[in-house]
Amino acid sequence: MALASVSVSTEAALRRTPLHDRHRAAGAKLVPFAGWEMPIQYAGIREEHLAVRRAAGVFDVSHMGQVTTRGPEAQALLQRLVSNDLRRLPEGGAQYSVLCNESGGVLDDLYTYRLAECEFLTVTNASNHARDFDWFCAHAADFDADVSDVADELAMLAVQGPLARPLVRSLSDGPLPPRFHLVERSVAGASALVCGTGYTGEDGVELLLDPGDAGTVWDALLVGGAQPAGLGARDTLRLEACYHLYGNDLSEDRDPIGAGLGWCCKEQMGFIGSEHVAAARAAGPAERLVPFVIEGPGIARQGNPVIGGGIVTSGSFSPCLGRGIGMAYVSADRAAPDTPLQIDVRGSVREARVARKPLFEKG
Amino acid sequence: MIVAEASYPEDLRYHADHDWARIDPAQPDEATFGITWYAQDTLGEVVFFEAPTVGSTVSKDEPYTEVESVKAVSDVIAPLSGEILAVNEALAASPETINEDPYGDGWLVRVKLTDPSEADGLMDAAAYEETLPAG
Repeated sequence: MALASVSVSTEAALRRTPLHDRHRAAGAKLVPFAGWEMPIQYAGIREEHLAVRRAAGVFDVSHMGQVTTRGPEAQALLQRLVSNDLRRLPEGGAQYSVLCNESGGVLDDLYTYRLAECEFLTVTNASNHARDFDWFCAHAADFDADVSDVADELAMLAVQGPLARPLVRSLSDGPLPPRFHLVERSVAGASALVCGTGYTGEDGVELLLDPGDAGTVWDALLVGGAQPAGLGARDTLRLEACYHLYGNDLSEDRDPIGAGLGWCCKEQMGFIGSEHVAAARAAGPAERLVPFVIEGPGIARQGNPVIGGGIVTSGSFSPCLGRGIGMAYVSADRAAPDTPLQIDVRGSVREARVARKPLFEKG
Repeated sequence: MIVAEASYPEDLRYHADHDWARIDPAQPDEATFGITWYAQDTLGEVVFFEAPTVGSTVSKDEPYTEVESVKAVSDVIAPLSGEILAVNEALAASPETINEDPYGDGWLVRVKLTDPSEADGLMDAAAYEETLPAG
């Protein structure tokens, strides 16, 4: 048995979230992830996955970064950086976008919340946070706006599943925000920004909290019936929902059009890289990211080649479908749903077919 | 998922790559292989196991098959050399048996040994447990 894929989690340099002791107490397996020591699972990935699909799960996502942009020209600065149309982001709203480099390659995918007319909060991926913040700062000089890294000042919990909202509502001092909106509430006695967002394909909320309050809120959620869920279930849930994972499905070498994120790119807004994104859209991408299911046995993994051209960027086992699923870049002429694909899984040819998004939808 | 408590039976021989071999003294040229409690616990719930072909040869210290959990695939290393006599067909339908009963119904293959004396190089349970991380 070669357990090379399993890393030792005792490196001193790894950062810990405010919930580290809670994770240990809940029996988590902790692994290094983007410089953090994070829970990959507690009871088991399948059990946690199904708890989120059927009831409610809580994820510690305090490793994710946050950047605030404030000032008279905050919107103008952000509009230079992110791909979506910020005029369409109302106060209290949330908007998904990508951050592109000058050539239109994807630096990160982001959620931006408008906290006030001239105040925004942007959530970054942990692995990209430092680079994103530097990128924001490097472009801020031309604008009357202040950019701050507030990642250390915020813990983040994702409460997801059909029972997530009723649970959080029962701990809150007022109604929860609709999807893609946020509101300030007291949750289990702690001041929280409650955001109607998530990464599982289920309804639910994400909570931004003072790190000192994270433990109290976590405890209350568990008492209320939420299942602690780790990064393992987070990955299988997002893959069933066909949400992109940066570093797998998105990278600096890929443009957002081929990745299927043209819907959040408004090139006329003039963001950095927009002319390349516009050109990619006009020309049509050579390769497209498609979801797939494995027809028979086997599980494709990131990096497995698609025979005849293409590559798997995310591959795993779907606890809901009971089979291998994933996303792959394939040539645009093979991107239509139901197109048969063959994937080379470590020397074994596995039959797959292009599927529709999402791979799993609640019945 | 029901997983047996950590245990390392005395009657097995252990390979450092978290594999075990069971050799019946009455039939010392055959062995059953599987993975240890530590291996299945580290891997997580096994969701896919494709048995190797009966009649194929396996070499000590070399991978002979794979087990897959949700999050990862891992090679399984042969603790001894030989030819596969039988495979655990039941695992195709219920691979989680490897987690639930790693030393019993979760066995992987039965092997005709080329050189039974190779077993002298394997560890007993106490020596193998010494190699595992504390906690």
